[in-house]
Amino acid sequence: MSTPAESAVAPQPAIGSRSGERARRITEIAFRVRELGIVLALGLLIVVTGILEPRFVGAGSLRNLALNAAIIAILAVGQTLVILTRNIDISVGSILGLSAFMAGSLLSNDPGLPIPLVLALGMGLGGACGLLNGVLVTFGRVPALVVTLGTLYIFRGLAFLWTDGRQVNAETLPDRFLNLGTDSLLGVPILVLFALVVVLVVGQCLRNLRFGREFYAIGSNPEAARLAGIRTERRVNTAFVISGALAGLGGVLFTARFGTVDATAGTGYELTVVAAAVVGGVAIFGGSGSVYGAALGALLLGSITSALIVLRVDAFWQMAAIGALLVLAIAIDRFVSLRLEAALRQRSSRRATG
Amino acid sequence: MPPAETETATTTDRSAARELLGRWEVLVAGLLLATVIVGQSLSSEFLTADSFTTASLDLSEVALIALALALVIVAAEIDLSVASVLALSSAVMAALWNAGLPIELILPICIGVGALCGAFNGFLVTQLGLPSLAVTIGTLALFRGLAYVVIGDSSVTDFPVAWTDRAFGNFAGTAIPNTMVLFAILAVAFGVLLHATPFGRSVFAIGANVEAARFSGLRVKRVKMWLFVMSGAVAALAGVVISLRNSTAAANVGQGFELVAVAAVVLGGVSIFGGKGSILGVVLALGLLGAIQKSLTLAEGISSYWVQIVIGTLLIGSVLGPNLVRRAREARGSSTTPRRGPWPSRRAATTNAPQH
Repeated sequence: MSTPAESAVAPQPAIGSRSGERARRITEIAFRVRELGIVLALGLLIVVTGILEPRFVGAGSLRNLALNAAIIAILAVGQTLVILTRNIDISVGSILGLSAFMAGSLLSNDPGLPIPLVLALGMGLGGACGLLNGVLVTFGRVPALVVTLGTLYIFRGLAFLWTDGRQVNAETLPDRFLNLGTDSLLGVPILVLFALVVVLVVGQCLRNLRFGREFYAIGSNPEAARLAGIRTERRVNTAFVISGALAGLGGVLFTARFGTVDATAGTGYELTVVAAAVVGGVAIFGGSGSVYGAALGALLLGSITSALIVLRVDAFWQMAAIGALLVLAIAIDRFVSLRLEAALRQRSSRRATG
Repeated sequence: MPPAETETATTTDRSAARELLGRWEVLVAGLLLATVIVGQSLSSEFLTADSFTTASLDLSEVALIALALALVIVAAEIDLSVASVLALSSAVMAALWNAGLPIELILPICIGVGALCGAFNGFLVTQLGLPSLAVTIGTLALFRGLAYVVIGDSSVTDFPVAWTDRAFGNFAGTAIPNTMVLFAILAVAFGVLLHATPFGRSVFAIGANVEAARFSGLRVKRVKMWLFVMSGAVAALAGVVISLRNSTAAANVGQGFELVAVAAVVLGGVSIFGGKGSILGVVLALGLLGAIQKSLTLAEGISSYWVQIVIGTLLIGSVLGPNLVRRAREARGSSTTPRRGPWPSRRAATTNAPQH
């Protein structure tokens, strides 16, 4: 993972006279490399699997790959925002379940409902759930892990109460809604387009806007961020609301893709989503990582599962492989950031001594 | 004078905290009592020996896991892999039984496997310095996956009746299940370990301030390592218990137990940030969870889905409640101090200043 970093540094030997600039470049490269490492791993996986089993790189198969990762990627974007602020949101699976069933029951009761309205309602419901999480964390000062563990149960319980054992079937849903999960626009599945738009919009906001940089500031040092005049509580609230809204969006898309929905939709997604973010290089203690990494992490996790299936690896090995990868990714990430820190410290001490 | 002032401020803070902690167990006990009364009014079957037996049997494994997990959380770490260790233990048990090993040999092996899993978590956390939340989400998938590797989706049901009876049966003709006797023994053991030994004091010290603990010479890494090993071993024991109790060993047992166990520990007054908590609180919280579950499932006309909602609300409320009370007290404190005259109010203002 570190080789591309060095080769990228080598051709451009410190032209920048000021070492502050140099240090900034190192950080930037390292962040790019974090994503580069995942892209590399992903490419390697696809190529190797493709050589062993050519069917894997067929258009249909790659399309399925992207489709499977799309919903997880959307949720991982929201999760990244929350984790950046040193919090965590493990209620997303339950929010997805609520929103998925709402979308299903709304459309089967009234097939004429405009789809944008259903999407908006799903995001609104999710956003409201996220707001509850955020207020409990910021105003109630309850740790995010406790809050979202609690709301994981509460939202899921509400979904069970609401469905009362019923389920929504694909036959009762209008085709134009189900097409959302299967159709393509210009060769790209609509579901994937949704994910791309979410990733790009949030990614660019985080990267370029003051609003976005504030999330990093809060996660790096909440106290310093507060002293610098950032309204930390409001930003943390925003992160939870966005995470909830995206989980709500994911719920509507879940119904469009799978058609059949009951109260258990999205059970266990929270761990996959957190795993995708962590594999994507989002530090669990906040302040570093990007939504691009998280989305790539989602794609990598999905691809591994598909690759193992295509390679006819015993299905029972899949979960173990993903777990091992997760542990490995955390360890590598730690290793990279330690080296980065050491490199930066070396530079600054060299600057200090002359 | 300023040092004396801060000293009195911290001692009153500490005694207030201790008071609150003392009250926490009382509060949970009160809630338990209230649940019992409500439960009895909802269904006449609630306060029977039979319902006690089934309620406590249903909770046995989570209860065992929660005990060791409480120590991990007091040390400001977390172990989300416990339910997967439980499953791996169950799977190993099934595989070894299929291989024809005697059960007396299988049980210690299973617990050893659990301890190894815990040691793996502990190694990643203490030696590589990785955050336990991320590590144990990873090993949650890894250990559950290994459980499937070991036994696949088959299950083993032909354990000797003598042992399954031991796990399912009651203690010496009472209504108390044997698993609860096991739980009681472990609860006392962990209670003594946490509250009456140097090891326990160091667990609190590490949870309260890991840097201070390190500088005062505590072997932080070693203590944390032991906590993870214990957590793994107890989870594996719970895996043995659930397999024998249900006469079924398989890889899919106990899914989601980790969150119930965390909920029980937090509800028991253990701070998720470490440094605070008691085994008594956890035991009472487990009793409360069991009582809520049983009363809602017995009650007619109330959907059992309410169990999740009630537990989730209690979990959040258990931390939110004291926070709001503290906020209200702070607000009241600042509004009442001016009445005491200029001197105390200025003192109060200076001592309060750093907190805001």
